[in-house]
Amino acid sequence: MSLLETPAAPTETVRAAGSWRAALGLAPFVAYLLVFLGGPLYFVVSGALSDPDGRPTLDNLVASVTQPQYRAAFASSIVLSAGTAVIGAVAGAFLAQAVLTSRPHSPLRRIVSTASGVLAYFGGVPLAFAFIAALGQTGLATRFLRTAGLDLYASGFRIDSLTGLALTYVYFQIPLMVILITPALEGLLPQWREAAENLGASAWTYWRRIALPVLAPALGGATLVLFGNAFAAYATALALTSGSIPLLPTAIAAALSGNVLAGAQNVGLALGLDMVLVIAVVMVGYVVLQRRASRWQAR
Amino acid sequence: MVVLGLSAVFFLVPLLSAAEFSLRVPGGGYGLANYLTIATDEVLLSSLLVSLQIAVVTAALVLALVVPTAVWVRLRFPAAAVLLESATILPIVVPPVVMAAGIAFVQANLGGPVFRTLFASSFTALTPFYVVLALPFAYRSVDNGLAAIPLRTLVEAARNLGASLPVTLLRVVLPAIRSAVLGAAFLTLALVLGEIVIARILLYGDTFPVAIVEIGRSQAGVAVALTLASLVLTWLLLLAVSFAGATRRTPR
Repeated sequence: MSLLETPAAPTETVRAAGSWRAALGLAPFVAYLLVFLGGPLYFVVSGALSDPDGRPTLDNLVASVTQPQYRAAFASSIVLSAGTAVIGAVAGAFLAQAVLTSRPHSPLRRIVSTASGVLAYFGGVPLAFAFIAALGQTGLATRFLRTAGLDLYASGFRIDSLTGLALTYVYFQIPLMVILITPALEGLLPQWREAAENLGASAWTYWRRIALPVLAPALGGATLVLFGNAFAAYATALALTSGSIPLLPTAIAAALSGNVLAGAQNVGLALGLDMVLVIAVVMVGYVVLQRRASRWQAR
Repeated sequence: MVVLGLSAVFFLVPLLSAAEFSLRVPGGGYGLANYLTIATDEVLLSSLLVSLQIAVVTAALVLALVVPTAVWVRLRFPAAAVLLESATILPIVVPPVVMAAGIAFVQANLGGPVFRTLFASSFTALTPFYVVLALPFAYRSVDNGLAAIPLRTLVEAARNLGASLPVTLLRVVLPAIRSAVLGAAFLTLALVLGEIVIARILLYGDTFPVAIVEIGRSQAGVAVALTLASLVLTWLLLLAVSFAGATRRTPR
């Protein structure tokens, strides 16, 4: 058949069969996710909702949100995630804007974009060790600050504390923000700024009255992803603190490995289910805000 | 400029400190001793081999799943693009620690030949799940690569010249998106060299990142040196891919 020939309009049945065949092409991908992601998730849910003998119960879920040690883990996980999400979002937005004002395709852009990817997604363990090297007892930054008259450890700082962990988290939150917000910043049309300037707006007025309202959903959505990212993260805490800070992932790992109490394993799975639910809510918020954000990108 | 300067300080200080720390030798002074441990420490060396083996097989599986699917969605089933996008968010919603919890439950409570084979070694137990973790990054990378080439034209031309669909994929599409494919492979490598959560919870101690964290408890210098090396190596590989992709496009 020649490429120029217009194909006859398919009838309903042909189209339905066609879309069946089209959907079949996705089968390997979907089947893989179903087995190796759906499988573990199934056992998390079913284990969270049953007692050690397999009888259905809600006790694990109740225990996971009422027992004091789990409440403490929830609290510090939420404080850590929210704090580093907000700091990372603000700093990352400024950095992304600074990078965007540089020349396109410049080495700076490439360095920032590739480094962002590596640090945002895979930095966990290396960053933990880099921060020990910088701000540990004998770290370079600690020694430098001491000669400058500021003794961190005398004033009670420890790298394996919640503050130290937060500092490390910010290091991967900022690059993630750069990745997430750069497309939205690129979507700000230069005409909007020009129009505002012609109407007598200052740079401040332009940002406050035009750019920020347009960016608001994208900024909000990205901050939510940063929250979810920190909430789910465990590698950094594992490498930095060996479990001395009560975080939700630490509590899950402890409940799974400990034979302290009968049924602890099921409570661990319930904590995992809690975690998935929190992140799912956050991601739904992100998708909703993302839809609003794309309203301004429609051409 | 102020923002860039401050960011440079915040981002470079820990990395430079890590470099300085990694070069310290016991008794004062500087040297490469920490880096050379990888060649002399048998446990570390064999763990690196285990992790590289996992990384290569994971990357191959990921690409085998992602490339045909992404091509298929673009050519035959654009309506599924949104669905696929949300499917690639799923591994983010189910974090590694929760995945590990589910797998650990199976490991502890279910028997049978299938599960015994699955949990026989870190290679068989971790590879299938690392594929899931790598899918979102790989899908995005490959899909961006496909967006940048005239996919439909290339495939139609190849098909008109008599190439079968697999041949078209391997010899026309794959070379055209090679920098995106390489990027996806390196991201997978970085993921495998940094994943400790699932390996630790499932009690597989013989992968490289877990071995490094273990050695870090007694010899922090070695751990700092090797993690810094793997981070910088990954980044350089990605940077090289980024520049290679750029130079290919410029000549006209």
